[in-house]
Amino acid sequence: MREIAVVAFAQTRHSATDDGQSEAELIVGVLDEVRAKTGLRRFGFTCSGSCDYLAGAPFSFVSVLDAIGAWPPISESHVEMDAAWALYEAWVALQHGDIDSALVYGFGKPSQGDLREIMTLQLDPYYLAPLGLDQVSFAALQASAAGAGRAELDEIVRRSRADGRANPYALDLPDPAGNDFEVEPLRPYDIAPSADGAAAVVLAAGDLARELCENPAWITGIAHRIEPHYLGMRDLARSASAADAARAAGVGKGHVDVAELHTQFSHEELILREALELGEGTVVNPSGGPLAANPVMATGLIRIGEAAQRILDGGASRTVGHASSGPCLQHNLVTVMEAENG
Amino acid sequence: MTVEARNLEARYVLEFPGGYTRTTGPVIGRFLTELRDGRIVGVRTAEGRTLVPPLEYDPATGDAVTEEFVEVGPAGTVESWSWVHAPRKAHPLDRPFAWALIRLDGADTALVHAVDAGDVKSMRPGLRVRPRWRAERTGHITDIESFVPDVTKIVSVVRSEYVVKPGLALARFLEGVAEGVFIGGRCGSCHKVYVPYRTTCPECGVAITEEVVLPDTGTITTFAINNLPDPRAPEVPFVSAYILLDGSDLPMIALVGEIAAHEVRQGMRVRAVWVPEEERTTSMSNIKWFAPTGEPDAEL
Repeated sequence: MREIAVVAFAQTRHSATDDGQSEAELIVGVLDEVRAKTGLRRFGFTCSGSCDYLAGAPFSFVSVLDAIGAWPPISESHVEMDAAWALYEAWVALQHGDIDSALVYGFGKPSQGDLREIMTLQLDPYYLAPLGLDQVSFAALQASAAGAGRAELDEIVRRSRADGRANPYALDLPDPAGNDFEVEPLRPYDIAPSADGAAAVVLAAGDLARELCENPAWITGIAHRIEPHYLGMRDLARSASAADAARAAGVGKGHVDVAELHTQFSHEELILREALELGEGTVVNPSGGPLAANPVMATGLIRIGEAAQRILDGGASRTVGHASSGPCLQHNLVTVMEAENG
Repeated sequence: MTVEARNLEARYVLEFPGGYTRTTGPVIGRFLTELRDGRIVGVRTAEGRTLVPPLEYDPATGDAVTEEFVEVGPAGTVESWSWVHAPRKAHPLDRPFAWALIRLDGADTALVHAVDAGDVKSMRPGLRVRPRWRAERTGHITDIESFVPDVTKIVSVVRSEYVVKPGLALARFLEGVAEGVFIGGRCGSCHKVYVPYRTTCPECGVAITEEVVLPDTGTITTFAINNLPDPRAPEVPFVSAYILLDGSDLPMIALVGEIAAHEVRQGMRVRAVWVPEEERTTSMSNIKWFAPTGEPDAEL
């Protein structure tokens, strides 16, 4: 395996409303930031993650290439997924050995449509989508199956929002309050607040990584696993795919200082903590996590970026970034990162 | 004043006019065809499990499923559920309902569908449900409009009409009340004074012949604060009390008024408050209630 590290990370100050910037304009700032941090203008490979349904336009990601500067022609790819999977593709490309750097970015403007309905479009078109099963409804089915306790969920949201208030990139949200249900057992505040935003990560291999930054966040394990799509074919109370991905990535091989989890609903933290076997000694989502800002399609990449940043800053020696895709944690990607002498 | 240019908005809809045509393949097609006929089928996997709804490949092994379809349900058991308080436009029902994972009888997996349970309190894991079919079926998952809970209870209406008379003892007592007095009866054997008036002593089992006119003052021996309105006391809370009339040996029940409920106490001295003479009838409604006299409390 080639040594590959996250050497730079940047994200927008995520906005709960459309502040008037186009997708390409959202990306420009974070690209400038990672270029400045690494000194690189060109990358061996560029890969992005986004969802055309957020903009409601086919190949909408192509126009965002205007922000990249794709001339002379660049080697580029895109995943119609959270950009965490773009990072995975870039990591695989780097493993081939013919390039040493990769730019990964993701962006989303969920403010333009109705995310709950858009997420119905990802469901199987025969059995689930025609029922009008929306994102919060299927998540509530999982919360119910998991039997999550109300006090525990409230505390997860309270902690996430407090951490989010201390994070300049996350939303400023009050402590959770109110007894209304969105879809019982989920309350409105159990839902990650969608936001417009973008993020970028630069990966580099071996010596280039050491040249580009002082404390590269070395990816010592990265794996993703998927389970059956249909909700009635799996045990919704746990995430077998997240557990498998965590084992394959070697999460349990050492102490985890920080884990950034792609929790789009508060109960997912309980399921993921169990799947990743995270103990009391691991700080979960110190950034506030998605429950403090959910710039859809960048949120998973941001988890890897936030976890990497703890190492880049020299504050942590071993961290985990998690990303999820599909209904009810169907597909999970786990990345383990370590400091040079971690 | 023009809109700031960055706040200009355009609206558009992404839609496939007439809907997007998808082929079903043989497995899903069989399920939807049976659904159109009002039947639910699962498909057997090579390992002998029954997948409902049928998939082309066994999610547990990745192997192609067999060609054996088996009818399941139509009844099933709710494994877990969530409750939609405010249905959305795309939802299958326009009133509050549950989403549920339903294990149909004979299936090894759960079907996701709506349950029209009326009230969230009706939902629980283990709830037995059955499909409610749409009259016009087309071979679509929504041919099942929703599932509905099994019938486990019915409402029985009971109503009979009666005419009753007070009986001689109560009639005599009410004659006294009509005149504004309480008539009691003294047992010739044990000498206890009963009020309301009785014609027999329940302790001795002998006839009572001696009438006693009692004063309309007495002492509260115990009481209850009622928070459910009653036709005789529409305003809550009201107090009903056992009142031992002076000179009697057993208390009678009456309302207590002209005092806050929380101030009523055992031993409190009270007096009957009568309606004005011209409003009196042969009825207990002649007594509005008992009100405190202001005397010191009595020893009980």
